[in-house]
Amino acid sequence: MATRIEATNVTAYYGSFKAIENITLTVEPKTVTALIGPSGCGKSTFLRSINRMHEVVPGARVDGRLTIDGQDIYARDVDVTAVRRMIGMVFQRPNPFPTMSIFENVVAGLRLNGVRRRSVLEEAAERALRAANLWDEVKDRLGKPGAGLSGGQQQRLCIARTIAVEPQVVLMDEPCSALDPISTLAIEDLMFRLKDRYTIIIVTHNMQQAARVSDRTAFFSIERTGEPGRLVEYDDTQKIFSNPREKRTEDYITGRFG
Amino acid sequence: MGDIPHRSADAGTGGPHVTPGHARSAGAALSVDPPVTPLDRTPDGAGGHTDDLDPGGGALGGGALPRRRALDAERVFQGFTMAAGMAVLGVIVAIAIFLVARAVPALNANTANFFTYQGWLPNESEPRFGIGALAFGTLLTSFLALLMAVPVALGVALYLSHYAPRRVGTVLGFLVDLLAAVPSVVFGLWGRDYLYGPVRDLSVWLNTHLGWIPIFGGDGPFGRSILLGSLVLAIMVLPIITSLSREVFLQTPTANEEAALALGATRWEMIRIAVLPYGRPGIIGATMLGLGRALGETIALAMTLGIVSTISINIIENGGNTVAANIANAFGEANDVGRGALIASGLVLFAITLVVNMTARAIIHRRREFTETAA
Amino acid sequence: MTVTSTPPVAPGRNPQLRARRLPVVAPVGIAVAAVAVAAVLVHGTGIGGAALVVALAVLLHLVGLYAASSAVEGRRRARDRTWSALIHSASVLALLPLASVVWTLVSNGLDRMDRNFFLTSMNNIGARDPHGGAYHAIVGTLEQVGIATLITVPVGIACAIYVVEYGRGGLAQLIRFFVDVMTGIPSIVAGLFVLAFWILIVSPYLNDGRPGYSGFAASLALSVLMLPTIVRSTEEMLRLVPASLREGAYALGVARWKTILRIVLPTAAPGIVTGVMLAVARAAGETAPVLLVAGGGAAINLNPFENNQSSLALFVYQQAGDASRYAPARAWAAALTLVALVLVLTITAKLLARRNRFGR
Repeated sequence: MATRIEATNVTAYYGSFKAIENITLTVEPKTVTALIGPSGCGKSTFLRSINRMHEVVPGARVDGRLTIDGQDIYARDVDVTAVRRMIGMVFQRPNPFPTMSIFENVVAGLRLNGVRRRSVLEEAAERALRAANLWDEVKDRLGKPGAGLSGGQQQRLCIARTIAVEPQVVLMDEPCSALDPISTLAIEDLMFRLKDRYTIIIVTHNMQQAARVSDRTAFFSIERTGEPGRLVEYDDTQKIFSNPREKRTEDYITGRFG
Repeated sequence: MGDIPHRSADAGTGGPHVTPGHARSAGAALSVDPPVTPLDRTPDGAGGHTDDLDPGGGALGGGALPRRRALDAERVFQGFTMAAGMAVLGVIVAIAIFLVARAVPALNANTANFFTYQGWLPNESEPRFGIGALAFGTLLTSFLALLMAVPVALGVALYLSHYAPRRVGTVLGFLVDLLAAVPSVVFGLWGRDYLYGPVRDLSVWLNTHLGWIPIFGGDGPFGRSILLGSLVLAIMVLPIITSLSREVFLQTPTANEEAALALGATRWEMIRIAVLPYGRPGIIGATMLGLGRALGETIALAMTLGIVSTISINIIENGGNTVAANIANAFGEANDVGRGALIASGLVLFAITLVVNMTARAIIHRRREFTETAA
Repeated sequence: MTVTSTPPVAPGRNPQLRARRLPVVAPVGIAVAAVAVAAVLVHGTGIGGAALVVALAVLLHLVGLYAASSAVEGRRRARDRTWSALIHSASVLALLPLASVVWTLVSNGLDRMDRNFFLTSMNNIGARDPHGGAYHAIVGTLEQVGIATLITVPVGIACAIYVVEYGRGGLAQLIRFFVDVMTGIPSIVAGLFVLAFWILIVSPYLNDGRPGYSGFAASLALSVLMLPTIVRSTEEMLRLVPASLREGAYALGVARWKTILRIVLPTAAPGIVTGVMLAVARAAGETAPVLLVAGGGAAINLNPFENNQSSLALFVYQQAGDASRYAPARAWAAALTLVALVLVLTITAKLLARRNRFGR
């Protein structure tokens, strides 16, 4: 149930400001791809353009071609909400809906899609929570508010919420940067397991994390401030971290800048 | 620090009560000049600090911490502010005591049941007055006003916060805030001169076609009615509820809105699952504040209601009266008992608005704590 | 097209991304059709007029839009569209009366925006006299609000300072509670208090045994209304001053009272000024308390402490109730003047608050 994502010359603008330019890469199904690079180089912008969350900001737009299994998601008559149902997103800071219980949070997406029957919802919730490795910790308090969990648990809850709707792709925008190391490890473990069913793209500032978790890595960078972000190098993670082709990649990896 | 024991016992608690004279470092004081810091160069400060120093004339480094004078500027200032606080307290207590004191004799003189009697005749030799009709009118007009205003206000607030282009939303929001400041006498004037005609026509239509429903029944004349008063009231509280609700909606955490959108929600669905639940306490608080204003409104209703003190469910016939409007109309010819009676009715109104305002504040306050833990 | 409920999409099968959309002109067409149908229905049966046509048309439009969208785009999109239309309708509905108020205020008020209006009073103006102005009322408003401000600003700020800076439990909490209580006093009750207390009991001592209405009495009533607002908003502004600012001063050995006067107050000043201006704007617009205790005189009275005085708001109310056919014009002109005064204060206060928030 995973898909291939192809980006061709994707350029994204915030109003007149060009944030990223001519990004071309292909993500294979059932892989974990990491997007790394210094702050402000457009990794998150590119990620958000994949599930069209970029256009939530007024005045934002995307040029270029982005296809999911060959279907252009920016075509004229495409239903944005269908795209987002297919491509889930986990954000940097855990954002469970504060007025909903844990159970309601997990099934929020399903409810939106019209699933009403309690038994179906409960089954799906358990499945998602098990997949997110949170079931044992919350199975006795599904009715408690979602905001009452720890940071790591909240993030896993958000992941459960995302996969409950059975997307094909899961995007993660620095999912661990607001968490402690233990929770981070838990989520990295989770990514390994989710890889079997979903295509995962993760933006991360943590290079060690990228090295641990991903199959392929894309390095983004900008020439100087004000310039749009560009894709510098995209290759197998092994290669990027041991023997990168570009000097700029090597400089970043070894900490010479960024 | 070499110290003179009986002085050092008085070393102050430090912190904010340490006088500026102490600012010099201990070792530097070889001269015995009264220490003067730049902050001290004002007339009020320069005065008495020499007294603080050890009169033995020793160097500061060897002296004790200066002792605070019994009546220094700090105490005076503190006393002044406390006096202001007590004055405010005193005013409120005085108001309460005084009004109650004036109301009681009138209540005693009342030959009818204050809470249920519908007429208002306190100036007769046998005073008969009751807030039955007045309280009914107050509650009915306010209830109707809110019934009409709240849905519309929420719609406008949502429009301004989530549908309008940003610039438009900010400008219109600003204008709505300004409308909340327009005095009620202006709304009363407009209501009486311009809304009266259309409302009368509407009342006639309602009576003709739906007259079998009691609230639209009766034979007329129509126009200066509860319907008109409630409509004017609704238009008056609309800006307040709108602007407060809009603020609440704008405060919805973007993270939650994005989470909803990322799950594939349409704009309305996002509002339904992220904005409205989050804003519910704020909406309730805003509604109650609007209610508080509606309950206390005097002039606009005095100008648009028919001022007839009876309890009637009919909202389109001339009539209607509220506690506040009654006071405005009746105070002129009131004798002692009459005034006491009006004061008694005012106290009841005050009690009602007090409860409403306190509840609104409690809800809004609780919501603030809630957001701080959830964020 | 909505995603069906679970079981999930089988692996390998891609869900439909494309959706059928209503053509852009469809909502417009539906609106036109709704108006037409409504017009036919209403005029055909003769049960109403233009207003009914509009109301019915809006209803039909919403129903039609939902039906069309539901058929073509699916239930979820239909609901989204319909709610959007409802929300836009609510905004128009709210806009109409508010715009009407503004429009009538300006168009009627301008009729008598002449020198005569601003420079004369109603003294000796009979029912058939088209002249007469609001000079006395303007003076009254300025004096009454001015005195009220002079009373409440120092007391209110000092009280707020006590509660924030010195208050520790007990008394401060009590004061806060009662200030909260006071914010809810209906303006007419404040007027009643001043009537019963000042006018009927105190003033005879100052006025040869007769109760004396005066502008000062109105100031007292307005003070009762302004005081809690000023205390609360000053309190809030003082609390916003960061503790680190105070601590920095204390660490330098500055006395607490000096810190408050020289550092905390100036920092909070813009916010405090904003709160005061908003309180003044509200007081200027109050009619009820002035009605009860100021007497509402028709002649110019520059002395707020003796004899009847009027105010702009009271003038509007009185002219509105006056039977002369020249009265409405005066009422509207005075209303426009009053609104202009209130708006100038409110706009200045809001702009000041906005700059303060962003410019720190």
